[in-house]
Amino acid sequence: MDAIVKKRIKQVLKGDQNAYAEIVEIYKDKVFQLCFRMLGNRHEAEDMAQEAFIRAYVNIASFNIDLKFSTWLYRIATNLCIDRIRKKKPDFYLDAEVSGTDGLTMYSQVPSDSALPEEEVESIELHETIQREIAKLPEKYRSVIVLKYIEELSLNEISKILDMPLGTVKTRIHRGREALRHQLRNV
Amino acid sequence: MSCSEKYVAYMHEYLDEEISTEHEKELKEHLLKCPECQKHFQELEKSLALVKSIAHVTTSDDFTLNVMNRLPKEKKKVGFQRWLRHHPLLTAASLFLVLMVGSLFSSWNTGHNLSVSKQPNLIVKNDTVIVPEGEVVKGDVVVRNGSLRIDGQIDGNVTVINGTVINGEKYLASAGDVTGEIEEINVIFEWVWYHLKNMAKEAINFFEESEQSQGVTAFLW
Ligand SMILES: [Zn+2]
Repeated sequence: MDAIVKKRIKQVLKGDQNAYAEIVEIYKDKVFQLCFRMLGNRHEAEDMAQEAFIRAYVNIASFNIDLKFSTWLYRIATNLCIDRIRKKKPDFYLDAEVSGTDGLTMYSQVPSDSALPEEEVESIELHETIQREIAKLPEKYRSVIVLKYIEELSLNEISKILDMPLGTVKTRIHRGREALRHQLRNV
Repeated sequence: MSCSEKYVAYMHEYLDEEISTEHEKELKEHLLKCPECQKHFQELEKSLALVKSIAHVTTSDDFTLNVMNRLPKEKKKVGFQRWLRHHPLLTAASLFLVLMVGSLFSSWNTGHNLSVSKQPNLIVKNDTVIVPEGEVVKGDVVVRNGSLRIDGQIDGNVTVINGTVINGEKYLASAGDVTGEIEEINVIFEWVWYHLKNMAKEAINFFEESEQSQGVTAFLW
């Protein structure tokens, strides 16, 4: 896959805009998921994820082709989300969750042939609870937790994405885990 | 918490998959005899399992399309070059119409002035260009809005636009009279075609080489 991505990037660098569509296809769900778990709002996450891809396109000439494209892309997306979080009022998440439709539209996509309706509703409620608790984490813990446990990235990759020392990443993950333990132990 | 922070640190080492075998052994032994640490560890694992359970969301189907629509417009030159390569003749036709339509058709309709390529031994009489007997004209001869009478020889190709080739014996020159090909262009379509063939070849080079093409390409789009 890396080879395909590199090939497409070279085409984009030559000015072939259409080649970028395949890159977006490959990474769209990962980037969207990252934004969604960081921001807690589907609509906003979709907008942020699009913005991340546009920024990556505009700045693609500054991307070092020998590095991993996903690391660079995730860094752009994470920084956009962190900026957005910092500009927001602290009570935004609670407001967003009260309206509650984001969760429904999203979890209606989960395959449910075998699940009973009540179980489905329960699982939706559980997912909303988990999302809400993640959103309560301070941004510096939230980003490492999302990258590690939602995006399933290694500590090394997270350290590159966030451009911070491995030791700092570890400390934040430990604190993030302890915070989640407190928040989720009675769920 | 009554236990030392040591075991909590070990738990995180374990969760980071970086615990040494010694620490792991120590941690396991401690967990077996300390309910409090056991609870702590279970809570950690439970919360991480819950977080992992909400992974794998997908975005909307039109996400990629929306991104592509929001990208800044590709440089015209590149887009045009791609289009050009796919439609060279159509390109030449468009270009031809844009650039030439005014001057060409006005000259076709109203320009009856005879013009001829410049060779010193050609004679012009009324609307007929004459290659005098005994003379050898070097190079291609192009006559426009007039006829060409070949009494002598032409060492090259002959093109007559809106006129005819008059030859003493026959329409087609016999060998020796004209060394190259004779071409008459007498209807607008052929006239256009004649230019198109040249322009199809030239247009590609023109647009690939010239930055000044920006204005024209933008116009064509
Ligand atoms: Zn203990």
